[in-house]
Parts: sequence; C-alpha cells; structure tokens
Amino acid sequence: MIFEAAFWLPVAIMAPLLAALCAFLAPQRMSPLVTMIGAAITFVAVGFLSALLVRDGPTRHPVGGWGAPLGIDLAADGLSALMLMLTAVVGAAVALYAYGYFNFPGHNEETKQRYASFWPLWLFLWSALNALFLSRDVFNLYVTLELVSFAAVALTALAGKPDVLRAAMRYLLVSLAGSLFYLMGVAFLYGEFGVLDIDQLKKGVTTAPSLAAAAGLMTVGLMMKTALFPLHFWLPPAHANAIAPVSALLSGLVVKGSFYILLRAWLEIFYPLSHTGAPYLLMGLGGVAILWGSLQAIRQTRLKLLIAYSTVAQIGYLFLLMPLLFVKEQSALALTGIVCFILAHASAKAAAFLSAGAIQLVTGDDRIASLRGLMEMQPLAVVAFGAAGVSLAALPPSGGFIAKWFMLDASLAHGDWLIAAIIVAGGLLAAIYVMRVVAPLFRQPDDAVLHRLTLAPKTMTLSAFSLAVLALLLSFAGIAVMEMLSIGAIGMLGIE
Amino acid sequence: MIDAATLYTLAGVLLFGMGLYALLAYPHLLRKILAMNVMGTGVFMVFISIAYQGPTQRADPVPHALVITGIVVAVCATGLALTLATRIQALTGSARLETDEET
Repeated sequence: MIFEAAFWLPVAIMAPLLAALCAFLAPQRMSPLVTMIGAAITFVAVGFLSALLVRDGPTRHPVGGWGAPLGIDLAADGLSALMLMLTAVVGAAVALYAYGYFNFPGHNEETKQRYASFWPLWLFLWSALNALFLSRDVFNLYVTLELVSFAAVALTALAGKPDVLRAAMRYLLVSLAGSLFYLMGVAFLYGEFGVLDIDQLKKGVTTAPSLAAAAGLMTVGLMMKTALFPLHFWLPPAHANAIAPVSALLSGLVVKGSFYILLRAWLEIFYPLSHTGAPYLLMGLGGVAILWGSLQAIRQTRLKLLIAYSTVAQIGYLFLLMPLLFVKEQSALALTGIVCFILAHASAKAAAFLSAGAIQLVTGDDRIASLRGLMEMQPLAVVAFGAAGVSLAALPPSGGFIAKWFMLDASLAHGDWLIAAIIVAGGLLAAIYVMRVVAPLFRQPDDAVLHRLTLAPKTMTLSAFSLAVLALLLSFAGIAVMEMLSIGAIGMLGIE
Repeated sequence: MIDAATLYTLAGVLLFGMGLYALLAYPHLLRKILAMNVMGTGVFMVFISIAYQGPTQRADPVPHALVITGIVVAVCATGLALTLATRIQALTGSARLETDEET
C-alpha cells in the first residue's frame, strides 16, 4: 500500500491540514512542535510520492472510490511532483527561519501572540497548495485557489499595521475577483462540454465560442492572481509590507500556484486556441512586465519593495515563452525552461526576502540607505542575498541561468530574436537592482550605529543561506527537471 | 425569441458585470464586499441556468452541487473580508483603501 504512489496523494493534502488544526488548537508554545511533526509527515508523503512516480509513472486516486466524471479525482505527474517538492523544501526553510524570527528579542507580548497564528496558517497554505497541485478537476481547482488565497491573505495581515491590513484587503479583493472570473469560465466550460475533469476536457474540447469565452475569463482571473502586468498593482504593497517569512512564501510559492493552473489549462484544455493571438498577448504582457518591473525595482528606496518589484518582473518570464509551448519542436524545451524558472525563482526570491528580513531586524528599518557595512556584521545573510541575486540576474552558475539558457535556446531555435533580447535585457536590469543593494553592504560601516545592533539568530541566516545555495545548485538540475516533466508528459508531448 | 435559460444566463453575466463595476467604482470597503457577493451571485445564476435541460427533463444536479460549494466559499470569503474591514476601520477610523496622502 505505501509502495503505491496513489496512497500518498491524499496524505500529502491531509497531513498538513490535520496538523494545521492541531497547531491551531494546541497551546501557543506547542504550535511550533506540532507544525514540525506535521511538516515531517508531509515531507515523507511528498518524498514517497515523487520517488514512486519516477518508478511507476503518473498516478490517480478517485476520492471515495467514485471516479470521474461524478467524483473528484486526485492525480500526480512529473510537473505536480516538482511543484510539491518545491513547496516542501522552500516551506521548510521558511518555517525554520520563522522560528528564529519570532523569538528575536524586541517583539512585545502582543506581537508574539499574533505571530503564533503563523504556524496553523502556514500549514493551511501548504495543504491548499498541495491540493492545488494534485487536483485534476477545474472546479476543485477553484476551491483550492480560494483556500490558497484565504491562507495567504491571513498570513499577510499577520504584521498587523494599518498599511499591511490595507494591502491584505486589496490582495483579498483582487484575489476574490480573480477567482470569480475563473469560476465564470468554469461555468462556460461545463455548459459546453458537460465535464469538469481535465483529462476528459482534454479529449472533448472543440473550438466552440464558449471555449474562447472560458479561456478569456479563466486567463484574466489567473493573471490577476499571478500578478501579471498590468494586473500586478496589488503585489508590491502586500509582499513588501508582510513580515519576512510571509513575503518569502507569497513571492516564492503562492503566485506560482495560480500560474501552475494557467499553464495546465492552456496546455491541456485551451490548446485548440493556440493559433489565436492569445499566447502572443500573454507573451507581450510578460515582456512588458519584465522591463517595467525591473525599472520600478531599480527606482525603489526600500529594500523589500525592491524585491517585490523584482517579483513583478520575474513573473513576466513565466509568460514570455507561451507561444513556443505550442510549437512542436520547441515545446519540451520551453516547458523545461519555464519550470526551471519557477524552481529557481522560488528558491532565490525566498532567500532574498529571508535575508532582507534578517537585515531589516538588525538595522531596524527597511531603507536601502541604511544597509552600509552589514557585510561585517551579518556575513551569512549578505552572502545569501548575493547568491540569490546571482540567480535572479541569471549569472552562471545558478538555477536562473540554466532556466534562461533553455528559454534562449528555444526562442533562438524558433528565430524569435525579440524574446531573446528581452531575456538578456531583463538579466542586465536585474543585475543593476541587485547591485544597488549589494554595493552599500560592503561599504565602511558607521561605528556609532553598529554598536547598538543585535544580530539575527543563526537559524534565520542559515535557512536564508541554504535556500540561496539551492538556487545556485539548481543549475545542475536542468536534465533532471526535463526527465521529471516527461513523466505523464503534458502539452504538445501529450497530445501527439 | 430567446428562451428562459438563455435569459437567465444573460442576467447572470449582467449581474457579474454590475458587481465588477461596483467593486471598482466605490471606495467604501463594505460596498466592495457587497459588490463581490453580487459578482458571485451572477456566476451562480449562470451555473443554475446551465443545469436546465428542458421542461420535460430533470435538471442536471452537478451545477447545483457546485453552487452550494461556491456559496460556502463565498461565505468564508465574506467573513474574512469583513474581519479585515472592521480591523482597518478600528485602526485607521476609515473603511477605505486609499490613505489620506493619495486622495
């Protein structure tokens, strides 16, 4: 039983969910322990699931034995397994960091009490994300999208200040509107084809007008949630004002959840529309997002806002290769590039936010101007930020580099010089905004300031550092990612 | 002539649009939350009109199940939004998203 992948599908969702309930009900000081146990079980589930997937191929679990079309199936293929592993690894590092962050001297009792809600909320988020990656039913995906948003909004609000509450409210409203657009699309899909299961939709879709309507509605809704330019306006305030561990989860994982649905929807449901202008439109918006987000990041004077605008820019890369996903020769390469980019960005961006949070706790403010001389005080956090920056700017050796390598390869093979130019330009702009932060860190410190600094605990700097190392090590993972993606190959590979 | 089911679908889409307009147009948070619920109701109405399969046949039960699930989600969303809105009002004295500098 435990050697069948299907057994672990519900476990990967239920373990963090039950742990979240326990962590919520347990006394405050027990919550971290309960979280750790829940996280360990989820880790085992994700590990077994991925290993068995490699051995046996894609798997499916009809919940309650009903089976599609009436029941709701869970399923996993190589892409879902990669996303599950990413969530587990980034999430665990963030949780370790959060433990140090919350115990940092200087938080008062009331703040500490509020932060205690982090543990159940983080487990809820994990459970919702795992459910999202394992769902094969477009309506079930709507429910998981909402669960992800609720947990993410509540986590954003944890910081408790008026600014962050407004940001969380705006985030919630945009997110709900996005979900309703998506749900309206689901209604059109069901009205036309009479099924909700993705595999059945894949076989049954035709180029009916309602398919185009559904594609439009669902794409707009998911664009809002993924914060693709010009629907990104809610992201910088929410990601920059949340506490550092939450920023890392939001930028690293949450925006990838809605993108994952968008990617699957286009590859498996809307593919008859690939000859229309829609993929090119998404590509264009992605290109503008890269340039505009990077320029905004360069202009910022606050460290976390700079990193948040960098997320706006980096999201653009996810959409840049949309048209190439539907070109037979380039499809596999483009998909590998996009997925490598998801992995690299999640670990690098989480590392950047975590090290920024450690630096912010130490200096007491968030201005880039007050970063002077921190290399001497917090070398590990600074090195972590630098390494994350290497991956964001896509310099070798890093996950960002290998992802852009695949992307360049695919676009040049197809003769898309403009895409290649944007990829390179985005990397240069990223190098500029990373240097804006790194340069002052190495300057001569102001002695009067340094004497009153309390250093961040080792757990914080170490977890930021390990995520940054992961972002660099991903440069060797390109082939492994490609092989994982061939398990239950989706998209052009699957249709042929 | 359009039949009743199509009329319901169109009305649902119209409600969705009205809700979306109100969400963007009105600054007060309570209005935004209500607008969200109107949008949701529009979607639910489209689902219900899809379930209709002619006067002699039984309605398709699947969209009904979806609407019930959707209502549960909408209640949770409204609860969360109201909690945030009251907290914002308690802290800032105003239930709006714009700060004074912006207006």
